[in-house]
Amino acid sequence: MAEYKWPEQGSASLLGTTASRIDGPAKSTGAAKYSYDINVPGMLIARLLGCPHAHCRIKSIDTSAAEKVRGVVTARPLKEVGNEIRWQGDLLAVVAAENEGAAREGLAAVKVEYELLDVFVKDEDVEAAEAAGRTNDAGGNTKLENEPGDDVDDEEAWEDEEIARLLGESDVVVEGRYGIHAITHMCLEPHGSTCEWQDGKLTAHLSTQNVSGTAAQFAGPLEITADDVTVHCDYVGGGFGSKFAADSWGVVCAQIAKDTGRGVKLMLDRDLELKHAGNRPSGFIDVKIGADKDGVVKVWDSHHWGTNGPGPRPGTVSQGVIPYVFDPPNRRRRATGIATDTAPQRAWRAPNHPQACAITQTAYDDVAAKLGIDSYEVFKRNLPSVSNGKADVYAAEMEIAARLMDWKSKWHPHGKGGADGSVVTGLGMALHTWGGGGHASNCLLKIHPDGGVETFLGSQDLGTGTRTVIGMVVAETFGLPLAAVHVNIGSSKYPNSGPSGGSTTVGGVSESNRRAAQDALEQINAKVAEKLGVDASTLVAKEGRIAVAGDTDKSMSWADACSLLGMQPLEVQGSFNRGDQSPLSSSQVGGVQMAEVAVDRETGVVRMKKFVAVQDIGLIINRKTAASQIYGAAIMGIAYALFEERIMDAQTGAFVNAEIADYKLPRLGDVGEIVVEFYEPSSEYNRGVVGLGEPPVISPGAAISNAVSNALGVRVPVLPMTPKRVLDALQKARTA
Amino acid sequence: MKDRSLSSRSKSNFNRRDFLKGSGAAAAATALAGAPVAVEAADDTVRVFGPEAVKLTLHVNGAQHAVTVEPRTTLLEVLRYQLDLTGAKPVCGDGSSGASTVIIDDKPVTATSTLALQCEGKKIRTVESLGGERPDAVPAAFVEADAQQCGFCTPGFVVAVRAFLDKNPSATESQIREGLNGNLCRCGTYANVIQAALAVVKGGSRG
Repeated sequence: MAEYKWPEQGSASLLGTTASRIDGPAKSTGAAKYSYDINVPGMLIARLLGCPHAHCRIKSIDTSAAEKVRGVVTARPLKEVGNEIRWQGDLLAVVAAENEGAAREGLAAVKVEYELLDVFVKDEDVEAAEAAGRTNDAGGNTKLENEPGDDVDDEEAWEDEEIARLLGESDVVVEGRYGIHAITHMCLEPHGSTCEWQDGKLTAHLSTQNVSGTAAQFAGPLEITADDVTVHCDYVGGGFGSKFAADSWGVVCAQIAKDTGRGVKLMLDRDLELKHAGNRPSGFIDVKIGADKDGVVKVWDSHHWGTNGPGPRPGTVSQGVIPYVFDPPNRRRRATGIATDTAPQRAWRAPNHPQACAITQTAYDDVAAKLGIDSYEVFKRNLPSVSNGKADVYAAEMEIAARLMDWKSKWHPHGKGGADGSVVTGLGMALHTWGGGGHASNCLLKIHPDGGVETFLGSQDLGTGTRTVIGMVVAETFGLPLAAVHVNIGSSKYPNSGPSGGSTTVGGVSESNRRAAQDALEQINAKVAEKLGVDASTLVAKEGRIAVAGDTDKSMSWADACSLLGMQPLEVQGSFNRGDQSPLSSSQVGGVQMAEVAVDRETGVVRMKKFVAVQDIGLIINRKTAASQIYGAAIMGIAYALFEERIMDAQTGAFVNAEIADYKLPRLGDVGEIVVEFYEPSSEYNRGVVGLGEPPVISPGAAISNAVSNALGVRVPVLPMTPKRVLDALQKARTA
Repeated sequence: MKDRSLSSRSKSNFNRRDFLKGSGAAAAATALAGAPVAVEAADDTVRVFGPEAVKLTLHVNGAQHAVTVEPRTTLLEVLRYQLDLTGAKPVCGDGSSGASTVIIDDKPVTATSTLALQCEGKKIRTVESLGGERPDAVPAAFVEADAQQCGFCTPGFVVAVRAFLDKNPSATESQIREGLNGNLCRCGTYANVIQAALAVVKGGSRG
């Protein structure tokens, strides 16, 4: 077996280049077929009825009138009398019809009676939640330099006294409340599938980030076994952590297809996509932070709360990442989950981290503001306390980011910059961390005697450029151009490969494919060596040939080499188990981001001027798609910093902005200038591949909030920083 | 008048005409099930369609296509379900995402907020017309600038950029930033889309 490793740094021909994604032309000309685009002859269109009430009990549900609507083939309740509904948009009924219009007309004919129950959705109001009996202890942790003496009976009281003492001895104390509202995943292709049966076997064209893991989720409820299911997904229109499951409505789609003997397409309507198919928990925090005169934080004491849905044991942002990245010598943190009548959370890109960063690194920046010290200096002086051992990486990345932002010449103390009319500008920064180790991945690599190369694995392209990465890894190994490798992903019938979540895909698929390709090359080289009469260990694959290193006379074209395989293709399996130590991949990154904003003090509008992202990511396989991940993450961060939030009506629990036109997101003109820079000393290449999807989406909230605070001299404490929240903060500061 | 279940009346006899002259979105919103729909024809008459499904001929990507539509059927449904042209995407019902953008008689229009009945006699171009063996400069620039991630918004964006640059072939970066805000991307490809559009301007290709 070959020793698995990457080419020596500087010797690779494809790795680290800027390759256009191989499925790019299909995506940009409409040829790419997403699950929503799969049309089966005679297909029915199914649509779902969402509950209009946030908290109620079903008194009656009747789909008989819907079945009589012209064009409707079947109408079915999905809830029973007596069922309790815990969020608006939970699924009540399904109608399958000959076309979209008939399906919608059918939904309108479904008759439901409800018993309304008490509603609570005020996740920002922990006092009200306690009064309503909606809170849950979501854990906590205390770390103090001093130990309680043997004579201490009540440790909690001692901790109170110790923290009060530490705060009292601090040169500066910042006390504040910060927060970030829940957002939704808002996948542009909603969750759903097109299902068809043939000879008792199901093909589910499912919009999923988990091709290999969803077949069994269909099989169980349909009372077949997973081998009778093919999950197929060539393209998925966004997932962001919300598309790991077949989902109940996927099974409903398959069931109707089975019962009617027709293909069925069932995708969520936009409002149900937002109400039902994924959201990111909110987080609000009360914090006291004590620092010395240089801004070095000595003590942190916080209580935070928020909601991740109705419970039964609701949570919020994990207490384990509070404060974020920084871990001062003394800290106490505790968390309270609030049960709200809102849909359960789903993993959202870098779970917990963006909220933790936004509600804690803002408090760190307020230490700088209170002391009148440059924020850059305060962040730098606190680097010795970072929890991931990456202080040196952050320091280097901060220097690069500051240069790209021109931080030093632009900096002014908080609220002390000049104004252009009513517009003031400011700078802010934040830093982040993430694991990003590769997931388990298997592939089947075939090398045909005519030189053709193809690889198969049950992976998916979430937008990462998975196909291109795989193609580059295999082509690099064989010394072939990227176009010579045919990459097959998107079917559960291919070898099992992990779900795309947590920045695990590129590491995982690189591992399995590099291993398979190295093993295959070893076998081919043995045949070439025999033919040429040379030692196989002297052979290298480069530029379409297998040759003795340094001796071009002794070589063979790739196709000639493959012809030595005889009649049968060479098939090699590549495997990687998550967590295995390997020179091909590793985990743990840092990353620093800086934002420059312009804020209009009269209108409250925040505009992005410039955003800088500096990121370490180990060995870069494709510089082009890697950069795109960071651009995209920055823009997604701008979205939750300034625009998007799930807005719930406090009285009814209605999700009032669950349409594209109402759920505000940045448009092309809102993002300003974005600068992306990889931090890549040679040590990064030698770490192997590390995932990139999550880390750069973490810091924008704090960095942009800190920039707004620097511009105004006033903290806008809760994200997103809408014009109203900016004006409210200014008003509060004026009256304080 | 051919084999359609429609009638023809002069505009003076039809009091909903002014209302229906509004946007496609307004027309779509009024297309109730089982109700007839009036469409203003080129000869200044108003024809009433429905409530039964009727046969129409649509001119899409240079070819005539016979389709069957109800008054409530959107152009997007016809393109996707009857012609299997699935490049235009169903992201919203009112066109606010821009994902269903097509070009009708040289203007960008969202197919999701356009009734199929309104499109007879008009030249419809979808994103698929920009592909093929020699793709248009805009999708090629999207590939080169990597202005796509999941890619679900991309076809609509490509068509919107094509229509914008047809009108503004020398657009500056600030005009691009101001003029292409009708399309929504969740993955965050805007920075790359700007680069793609600028590259097309620089290349001077109208495709």
